[in-house]
Amino acid sequence: MFLVSFIGKITLNMLSETGRSAIFLFNTLSNGFTRPFYFKAVFIQIIRIGYNSLPVIGLTAFFTGGALALQIYVGSSRFNAESMVASIVALGITRELGPVIAGLMLAGRVSASIAAEIATMRVTEQIDALITLSTNPFKYLIFPRLIAAIITLPILVFIADIIGIMGGYVVGTMSLGFVSESYIQNTVNIIENKDFISGIVKAAIFGFIVAFMGCYNGYHSTGGAQGVGQATTRAVVSASIFILAANYLLTSLVFTQ
Amino acid sequence: MTKNNIIELIDIHKSFGSKIILNNLNLKIKKGSSTVVVGGSGTGKSVMLKCILGLTNPDSGTLLYKDQELNEKSRINSKFYTKIGMLFQGSALFDSLTVWENVCFGLVQGHGMQIPEAKEISMKNLKKVGLDMNIANLSPSELSGGMQKRVALARAIAASPEIIFFDEPTTGLDPIMADVINNLIIELVSDLGATAITITHDMASARKISDTIAMLYNGSIIWQGGTNSIDTSGNDYVDQFINGRADGPIKLNIYE
Ligand SMILES: Nc1ncnc2c1ncn2[C@@H]1O[C@H](COP(=O)(O)OP(=O)(O)OP(=O)(O)O)[C@@H](O)[C@H]1O
Ligand SMILES: [Mg+2]
Repeated sequence: MFLVSFIGKITLNMLSETGRSAIFLFNTLSNGFTRPFYFKAVFIQIIRIGYNSLPVIGLTAFFTGGALALQIYVGSSRFNAESMVASIVALGITRELGPVIAGLMLAGRVSASIAAEIATMRVTEQIDALITLSTNPFKYLIFPRLIAAIITLPILVFIADIIGIMGGYVVGTMSLGFVSESYIQNTVNIIENKDFISGIVKAAIFGFIVAFMGCYNGYHSTGGAQGVGQATTRAVVSASIFILAANYLLTSLVFTQ
Repeated sequence: MTKNNIIELIDIHKSFGSKIILNNLNLKIKKGSSTVVVGGSGTGKSVMLKCILGLTNPDSGTLLYKDQELNEKSRINSKFYTKIGMLFQGSALFDSLTVWENVCFGLVQGHGMQIPEAKEISMKNLKKVGLDMNIANLSPSELSGGMQKRVALARAIAASPEIIFFDEPTTGLDPIMADVINNLIIELVSDLGATAITITHDMASARKISDTIAMLYNGSIIWQGGTNSIDTSGNDYVDQFINGRADGPIKLNIYE
């Protein structure tokens, strides 16, 4: 009996959350694509989301590429296939790890800060004040953040790809004894445009998830400072889960070639 | 307009969960009048304003603005928000913008004014609320609570609105500054012909700025009348409230 009502409650909750997000998205898009456009707000968000995330993305990509090279070296040496290191690092980074790591780092960094900012605006009635000053909050707050994240994440992932491959190269040549020219040659030979493109397309979708979860949870926050905290946590957790789930779906449905 | 009412609330109900806040509330606001709404803390005065402004939706009842029904659509169609100004109880200044950008906001966004012109008007309004020009470039978080309130007041009146809502305009101000604000509200109503709806706990201010007083109790307006008849209302609730007595028909559940 208890179990049934428990499952029922969870299902109902999920349905109402889905409905609420759909309405939220509809409001954002229907308002976002009408005049006036807040270009300046989009630009500010691109700087905040993109430029300010560069150090974090660069460092994580570099270390991930390095660790990947070490692990693949261990694995491939069991088959005497050490020469595969460069190719597998290149493919692993561009197709999978670049976008996922950038997405997860931005879920932590950007979803959280968007959620905290918008939730604070909600609890201090700044969103209400916007409305009374003839400004649509979906247009002014939400839409610029979504657009900025969708534009920025692919660029960040492109940079993460390059730095990640460089991380592998540095570890490969400095501590695994690869020759620089052949490592580079192997990398260049294996990579095709579609490897990059699949990562970039994923990144745009992750960008949407990161900004949407931050905005949605912030906008619907209630109850003072505690509510701001809860909104932030919920934004980070849900963005991370949706990024990993979307990554699997995209890989299995679209990007298996 | 029938009977010259610019705003009318008819049978408004509003609950949060199982908690009934507004229950059968009726209130008429005459054009060009200055109405003060009084009532105990937590009785729903701020919620009532938010219903009029469309920041929260009443569960049932009708809102009229110049005899037209007010709802989400009609607020947009009649450009309602360009005709009103609202001072929030907690100021609600945008902390990502400077003081002058806050005051400009409605002029630029709602009225499409160019920044230099809007900035000039903002400066005039900051002066009106007794603020020094050199705070214009500060961020709201660098101001005291009373100064923030006055910036918010300047923002609410910047676009010379037709109807101005003040949620506790003098709370947190020193007595002299409170009187400056009282005079400002009087001036807005008499000189600019604006309609003012003010919530206040400050009875001295209420008597000075209003021509009509309404009292909210238990979810509805239990008395509304001319300010000069408030002392002879013959209503025990009003008497107790305006004289600030703990004993009387209004019971506080302090020990709950
Ligand atoms: N968003 C909300 N969710 C739940 N309850 C709310 C919400 N907003 C207001 N309330 C409740 O509604 C009641 C009335 O609140 P309101 O802010 O209107 O009081 P008030 O009359 O303005 O009081 P004060 O004079 O202290 O400002 C309070 O009991 C409050 O707890
Ligand atoms: Mg209040």
